[in-house]
Amino acid sequence: MKVALFVPCYIDQFYPQVGVATLQLLEKLGVPAYFPAQQTCCGQPLANSGCERDALPIYKHFVRTFQDYDYVVAPSGSCVYHVRKHFDKLEQTAEVQHVRGAAYDLIDFISTVLQVETLPGAFPHKVGLHLSCHGQRGLHQANESELTPVRDGQLRRLLASLDGIELTHLNRNDECCGFGGTFCVSEAGISARMGQDRVADHVRNGTQVLTGSDMSCLMHLEGIVRRAQLPMRVMHAAEILNGLTP
Amino acid sequence: MSHALRADQFLLDADRTTWHDETLWFVREKRDRAVYAVPEFQALRELASQIKDHTLSRLDRYLQEFEAAAQANGVHVHWAADAAEHNAIILAIIRQQGATRIVKSKSMLTEECHLNPYLLQHGIEVVDTDLGERIIQFREEAPSHIVLPAIHLKKEDVGDTFHLHLGTEKGESDPQRLTEAARQHLRAKFLAGQVAISGVNFAVAETGGVVVCTNEGNADLGVNLAQVHIACMGIEKLIPRLTDLGVFTRLLARSATGQPVTTYTSHFTQPVAGKEMHVVIVDNGRTQQLGRPDFRASLKCIRCGACMNTCPVYRRSGGHSYDFTVPGPIGAILSPNIDMKKHASLPFASTLCGSCTDVCPVKIDIHTQLYKWRQVLGEANEIPASKKWSMKFMGRLLASARVYGLSGQFARKALRFLPHGLTHAASFNAWAVARELPEPPQQSFREWYQQQPKPVPQPPQPQVPA
Repeated sequence: MKVALFVPCYIDQFYPQVGVATLQLLEKLGVPAYFPAQQTCCGQPLANSGCERDALPIYKHFVRTFQDYDYVVAPSGSCVYHVRKHFDKLEQTAEVQHVRGAAYDLIDFISTVLQVETLPGAFPHKVGLHLSCHGQRGLHQANESELTPVRDGQLRRLLASLDGIELTHLNRNDECCGFGGTFCVSEAGISARMGQDRVADHVRNGTQVLTGSDMSCLMHLEGIVRRAQLPMRVMHAAEILNGLTP
Repeated sequence: MSHALRADQFLLDADRTTWHDETLWFVREKRDRAVYAVPEFQALRELASQIKDHTLSRLDRYLQEFEAAAQANGVHVHWAADAAEHNAIILAIIRQQGATRIVKSKSMLTEECHLNPYLLQHGIEVVDTDLGERIIQFREEAPSHIVLPAIHLKKEDVGDTFHLHLGTEKGESDPQRLTEAARQHLRAKFLAGQVAISGVNFAVAETGGVVVCTNEGNADLGVNLAQVHIACMGIEKLIPRLTDLGVFTRLLARSATGQPVTTYTSHFTQPVAGKEMHVVIVDNGRTQQLGRPDFRASLKCIRCGACMNTCPVYRRSGGHSYDFTVPGPIGAILSPNIDMKKHASLPFASTLCGSCTDVCPVKIDIHTQLYKWRQVLGEANEIPASKKWSMKFMGRLLASARVYGLSGQFARKALRFLPHGLTHAASFNAWAVARELPEPPQQSFREWYQQQPKPVPQPPQPQVPA
């Protein structure tokens, strides 16, 4: 199995420890992953801003970078969703189709491809799980409250398998955090308010460590947590599952 | 003015924003409970979606079938290409009766056509008989929600309005007493109404009948007391058969308010002896939308408002921030069809979280259409120039690993060494108004990776995948 690691641009620049945790976690699971150095970004920021045409060279670069791997794994469901859903704008060559199908969110890869549902380790903290919309609703990695009252999902199961962990019961299990890519600056007021409301739900219900599998939402929520100087740690799920302590 | 600027106005009152969000979230949760209680709900959604797809694919045929059946029932059928024709047809019917007093039950179409101001201009009194509609009519405001038109108002606001217009005691905010005052006021209007205008929830092609769903019974009261009933409908309201109706009535009220069914589901098929019934069928941009393959499905909408109740942006920005007859996610995909320039910011008033698509009872892919409208707007140069050029710049930067790596290094250095007050200045960093920037690390991931001792897994030999 030839696995490439895709480290989205903002993780590469601002959260290298999440890339490291992803790499190490995969190694522990017996999957050595390679990081192709020529990678950049999936192009989503441009496309979500209505500039899909300007993103096409980035899409092509992405396909060239990853076409020789069986799987492309990223610690961000949003980028993966973009590759799978919106690379339909490219001519559907064998390479493009392969890369679209090969792209996996890290947690999805662990659960679906490796078929791992439990992990060893302990994390004796109260953990609030932020469900990122593109992973949850886009890639169907977790149940949606619009469809069912049952709160279940890939990451919830993996986290629940850690010793001593307690998962926060939120009032709103899967409301969007308001990051939304360029939305976070073009609608900065609403974006911030949504993030503040999401954080307040965690504070109200006792979250000590806020986690999720999409660093973009967590970057936004962390910005709010740090501005309010709240005693809450924000960690990517890869860090927790890799055995890091807060 | 963009949606973001109007939303900022709404957000200024933080407590009211909280109240608005929680009120609508309450409706969303009520909807969830009603939906969970019906095991076949997702199958119903799929069925409704297919019926609507089918109907839209043969809309011309079904419209003609409806017209013929309605005429056979003794109903007058009128066709209006746009809002102006719609309003003129209605005024002509009213004039023919020599009427001056009109009662109107809830109809988003007549809002869309701005019928009320048009009739008032022509000396006709028109009274909205839905309680929420009446409240905002007093206040000369537009509805802020398609099902809950006065949801932006608290009971104290209603008290102030009724004090001014109905003479209730100053400071009265008891919902029971305020409703009673409205009831007494409206009763007189009902009794005096000469022509009753109603909207249409569903028009059945097979029978030529129209179906109107209300909770207050105001449509029935108006229609049955007046000499003439005018029902106004968009061309997309059709369903093929009466047996299809049950699919939609099971979905509509559950999705809208979490009720199993609306209190009244009234069938109007033919005029009572000695009275008149008219149906006005309106296009007003709908065939244009039908001609857009990417956006055609927006015409499946049954106007339940569930996408508004679930939308985290709508709940925190209010319906008026959309400045379009139909607000919220569905309004954001309908409005650019009507006026792309005016409504250019609406498809961007979303995080694309997809909750709207998941609650939609007829499975409109709302968030995908929002994404697609963004591309249409981008191509048409209807996005801010600053955004357009920064995205072009980013496109260049991200197509090369070398340029990207160097830019990243530079940006992180700058963030580390520039003072916080500068990097977080609200005047040019919208992120930093309410959020800290990430703390820039010494090394990017790629810099760390390059320093790792071998063996790291080696790249595979290039080969074309199977």
